[in-house]
Formats: sequence, structure tokens, C-alpha cells
Amino acid sequence: MPLQTPPLRGLHDERGAKFTEFGGWDMPVEFDSIRTEHAAVRDGAGIFDVSHMGQLHVTGPDATELMQRLTSNDVSRLAVGDSQYATITDEDGVIIDDTVVYRLPDETEQPTYLFVPNAGTDEATHQRWIDYRNEWDLEATVDNRTDEYAMFAVQGPEAIELVDGVTEESVADLERFEARYATIEGVDCWTARTGYTGEDGVELIVPWAAAEEIWTAFDCQPCGLGARDTLRIEAGLLLSGQDFDPDDDPRTPYEAGIDFTVALDTEFVGRDALAEIEARGVEERLVGFRLIDRGVPRHGYDITNSEGRVVGTVTSGTMSPTLEQPIGLGYVPVEYAEPGTTLQVVVRGQSKKARVETTPFIDTV
Amino acid sequence: MSFDVPDDRRYLESHEWALETDDDTVRVGISEFAQDELGDVVFVELPDEGDDLAQEAEFGVVESIKAVSDLYAPVGGEVVAINDDLFDAPELVNEDPFGEGWMLEIEPADPDDLEALLTADEYEEQIA
Repeated sequence: MPLQTPPLRGLHDERGAKFTEFGGWDMPVEFDSIRTEHAAVRDGAGIFDVSHMGQLHVTGPDATELMQRLTSNDVSRLAVGDSQYATITDEDGVIIDDTVVYRLPDETEQPTYLFVPNAGTDEATHQRWIDYRNEWDLEATVDNRTDEYAMFAVQGPEAIELVDGVTEESVADLERFEARYATIEGVDCWTARTGYTGEDGVELIVPWAAAEEIWTAFDCQPCGLGARDTLRIEAGLLLSGQDFDPDDDPRTPYEAGIDFTVALDTEFVGRDALAEIEARGVEERLVGFRLIDRGVPRHGYDITNSEGRVVGTVTSGTMSPTLEQPIGLGYVPVEYAEPGTTLQVVVRGQSKKARVETTPFIDTV
Repeated sequence: MSFDVPDDRRYLESHEWALETDDDTVRVGISEFAQDELGDVVFVELPDEGDDLAQEAEFGVVESIKAVSDLYAPVGGEVVAINDDLFDAPELVNEDPFGEGWMLEIEPADPDDLEALLTADEYEEQIA
């Protein structure tokens, strides 16, 4: 299958980016070096092209009910301009994907939402929304607008000031998870104070055709998916398909440690299974850990206890550019999940000492 | 982007270089192209001095933030020195791949091993 290309593939190539396949998209992984890009975001500001993320648009008299019944958080709490992190779960409460749901200004006087599923999942998610809408006989229009919007993230302690200097209207007063349309180069851009780095900043959802004007309006370090990954691991944020995967590593929000995305007082697919799991308690949990010995933990490596028995698996790992220490995330039985617990990670047949730590690994917003 | 390929040494297709030293040993590292492909190197695993390696045997691992890559011996023989500076400063592989970022020295068992490797011109063609 040919790779989908983000609107600015050519521009990034000219800038000297290296590319990688991610979720069926040909995305910039590195512009200068992961270290340089990572440091720019921790210390100043960086801009990411995340146009591989999906954009699904839902509007109509029953739009709120449809969103409520297909995502785990409480959509009824969203006023226009609010957003929330949520999961999409199956009947067993297993996370299919995670997403951010934005409530847009009403369209034709009807509640309207835009939500952002992960790269490569937009078509299946679109179909899921259509199927349930039909089954439940709800009145809502569901459009897959992934190919109509580019998405950029401007992140870092200086990001808000930078964005505020580029938008016609001030955006400095936006609160975390608040969003509105702001004008950049004469174009309406959905501007949300959200992100995936642990830093302050915004994510911009912009018309595909205006992508270049908007990208080039920002004078800061361009960053690729490589730095995005090291930044989100330090912030203890999950990556769909890696830290949970409905096929290869089915996990509930409770196991993944994102209990706050589950509103059990709402009705949604997976709610009953999750209520049962919440009452019973989980057997395994996602933890953060730091390697004490030299080595780099990677996705799929075994985690062993002090007797050398395999008790878990690394889901994400890297050499943290900020801490200059090897860190990772992985699932272990709850008896090993307490911070301070000593475990081992098996790196190419050798056991490396590791210690469970609280996440995020760094101070975040 | 074009990369430096010094012609005082030979190359393996897997991007290791081999340089004959004045002591008749062969110094080994990875090319500028290879370190650029890897990105920020954060970890290097090397054999012990005294280990015997066959030509093209795996001798260690270099890890960048984003990738893990095996290292292969351009010539067979005994490992007579390793660059233990790399344990504390793996970034030397990025900063000076043909110099300070060297990895090990081998006393070649068979001097013909070196002749079987790619010349600088041949390697340059491979990465072009």
C-alpha cells in the first residue's frame, strides 16, 4: 500500500528531514537531531507536523449522545471550546485507541465535535461511528476529514508567547484543554492548548491547503516523530499501538493508568466491563522505570523479577535526553508496581537492573 | 547530502571501516554515513580484549535514541584494544566517526581479509 504523505512532505525534505513510515504515513522523524529537537522543546519551543493524526467530525442533534456512547470520558461536560482526553473501548473495556475530543462551535445550531484518533486508525474509527449510529438510530453526520486538515503542534515553555505573536487574536488566555479558532495568515485555525510533550503549547488543526503558510509563520525548531517519542516517554504519555494494542497487547484504561478517562457514571461501549474491573481491581499495571545498569530498554524486552522469572514486558523505552538516563514504560503485576521496586530488564540476554519510578519522569505542565 | 569517505581505509557493506595502524593491527569503527543514519548514539556494546572474532562476525551493538544496530568485524582476529571512552561518551561516534569514535583494534589472523573489503570508491558508490 502506498504511504500517505503529509501536505508539507516536500518542504520538510528540502529542510533536510529524514522520514519514517508511521501508521501508513511517510512522516519526518528527524530534522536535525533528536537531542537538538528534544532540548528545543524542553527549553524553548519546537514545531511538529502531526498531520498523520486523524480528524473525525461529528455534528447533529444526537452528536453528543453518539460521542458519549463511544468514548469513555464524559462528553456532556464539554462546553464549546472544551476538550478532553478519552479512550475508545470495546465491549470488554479494552482500549481500541485513545483520542482527544474537541467541542467545536455549534454548526447549524447543532452540537459539533472534532476528535483526533491516531495515525492509520481514522478509517476504522469512522466506520465504527457510522455502524453504531445506524444501530442506535441516532441523527448525526460523521465525516472523516483526515485528508482535509493538517495538524501542527507548537510545544515548549516559550510556545504560547510564540503562537500569540503569530495569531491575530490573543490565545494566551486559553486554559489547558481549552480551544478556539484563531486567525493565522488570514486562515481560521482550530487552536487548542493541548499537546503530547509534557510542555505547555498548542495544537493547531488547519486546512490542508493553507498548511505551508501556517507552518512557515512559526520561527522555531522543526521537530520530528523521534523527539515527539522521547518527549512523550519522559512525560509518561501513552502511545497507541505500542503501550496498548487491541490485538497484540489488549489493555484496559485501568491497567494503562489512565483511570481519569473513564466516566463510569455515563453509558458507553465497555462501561459495564470496566465497572466490574474497577470493583475487582487490576492484576497488572503500567509503570515507569529507570535502568540502573547501562543499556537501553526497548519495546518488547522482558521484565524479570529478582529470581529471574519473566513478570512483564517493556512497551516503550529510550535513553532520556533530559535525564541522560535510560527510562521506559511496561506492564507488571501490581505487586511489582510500587515505586522503588527493583526489577530487571533483559537486554540481548543480559539482565539489567531497573527501578520502578513514578511518572512523569520530569516536571510537566 | 554527501559524506566523508577517507581513502586511507577499507569498508564493509554494513558500514564499518578498517584502518591498518603502524602496529600492524586493524582499527575499526563506523562510517560518517552510518552515524548519520543512526542519529544520536547513546550506547555502545563492545567485546572484551582477547576475544577472537571471525571476519564479518557480530562484535557488538551501537544504539542511538531511535535504533539498535549490530556491528560486524571487517577482519578476523584477536581483539587487542577497545575504545572504552565510548562507554562514557558514546557521542564520539557521531562527532568523530573516523577518529575519536573508533571502536576496537584487531590483530588480523589473515592479512588478506583487508583486501577483500570495499575500497573507499566502492563504498562511496554504495552509499550514493
